[in-house]
Amino acid sequence: MNVLLDHLADFREGFIGTVLLTLASGLLAMILGVVIAGFRVSPVPPLRMFGTAWVTLFRNTPLTLLFLIAWFVVPVIFVPGLSPWTKALLALGFYTSAFVCEAVRSGINTVPMGQAEAARSLGMSFSQTLRLIILPQATRSVIAPLSSIFIALTKNSAIAGAFSVTELFGVQKLLSDKGFPIAWIFLWVALGYLVVTFSISGLFRLLERRLGVAR
Amino acid sequence: MTKVTVAKEDVATSDELVVLKSVNKHFGALHVLQDIDLTIARGEVVVVIGPSGSGKSTLCRTINRLETIDSGTITIDGKPLPHEGRELARLRADVGMVFQSFNLFAHKTVLENVMLGQVKVRKADKTKAEEKARSLLDRVGVGTQADKYPAQLSGGQQQRVAIARALAMDPKVMLFDEPTSALDPEMINEVLEVMQQLAREGMTMIVVTHEMGFARSAANRVVFMADGRIVEQAEPNQFFNNPRSDRAREFLSKILHH
Repeated sequence: MNVLLDHLADFREGFIGTVLLTLASGLLAMILGVVIAGFRVSPVPPLRMFGTAWVTLFRNTPLTLLFLIAWFVVPVIFVPGLSPWTKALLALGFYTSAFVCEAVRSGINTVPMGQAEAARSLGMSFSQTLRLIILPQATRSVIAPLSSIFIALTKNSAIAGAFSVTELFGVQKLLSDKGFPIAWIFLWVALGYLVVTFSISGLFRLLERRLGVAR
Repeated sequence: MTKVTVAKEDVATSDELVVLKSVNKHFGALHVLQDIDLTIARGEVVVVIGPSGSGKSTLCRTINRLETIDSGTITIDGKPLPHEGRELARLRADVGMVFQSFNLFAHKTVLENVMLGQVKVRKADKTKAEEKARSLLDRVGVGTQADKYPAQLSGGQQQRVAIARALAMDPKVMLFDEPTSALDPEMINEVLEVMQQLAREGMTMIVVTHEMGFARSAANRVVFMADGRIVEQAEPNQFFNNPRSDRAREFLSKILHH
């Protein structure tokens, strides 16, 4: 108990770090995931190939390896001088976007073919059809898998702690190195994660109820 | 019966609007369209009938390129069908399509369904689009349902909304792909009446249907398809009373006498 009260500032900082990193990389993953899903169902073959390559690359690479690449390869080959936080954001966001993409694509596949045919018959372009007709109707069936993906993202963000980004799991290392009882530290850290993941599943349950499309 | 003669007289001043020349299409090993030649004049109402699997729905869907063809040419108002892209989208906007399963946008209200194409494709002003949508909905008799969602409407009402949605684009030609096949019997007539009215007003229509009554009363020409070929084309009275081909005779004997 005392560990928490004595180091409330550390825990709070770690908790906020986790929340911010999860939110930011979740947002990045959402945007990238939806765009890449659009690529994957596009009538343009190069876009489809790019989408498939993206998903194959990021879904099949261990996240820790992506972190290592963000830390030691990206600065050398692409952009130098990124802060650790930005590098963690990119690694988490890109990794998670592959999963978001596949969830969104499965949602797209649940929308009856006739909806797209009707939209195209009216003269809508592919992107109009996707944006105005398909994605809004795909949303509901994507909510449940997305909830799981974001919960996984929250927990995956712990890896950033090992790369000296301030977040909840990193607090554990900090305090246990100072010799505090590890069981208590873990308990408080775990509770911190539970608060975030429960909020996510609650939010998504709410969304699911709101977004019913009657057929 | 007087209504019918009006529609038929309109054809006198017509030119070629939709032309299919030696169109072929395969679904794998199935040769679903075999050397189809078909010309539809402006203002003409052509009804395509035939046994199921004869390729009549596929024929209808090739005209706005929802189905691609393997060989041959399709031209609409003198322009050959372009490949997938902006130009095809522009052409599709001029070709109204009504589906067997209505395909109204489930997440939009009835009014929004009829406005969407005008606003997003024709870039029409929203107030004007709404005005037009409401008057079209009134015309097909579902004006009071404007703010409901498609799922709250009966099948017949949904199909009439779908017709209004297509008409909102001011199409040059309307394609009907078995528009009454998914409807309960008591709702078929309300849809057919709307289509009859369209035919009387001189709309060019290609109608794939099993409704022989509609074919008799509204069509200028009946196209009979079997096994991927056009077997016979004739004016409806001639076709129903005195079919030339054995295949048509056999088909008619099966459906007309119970």
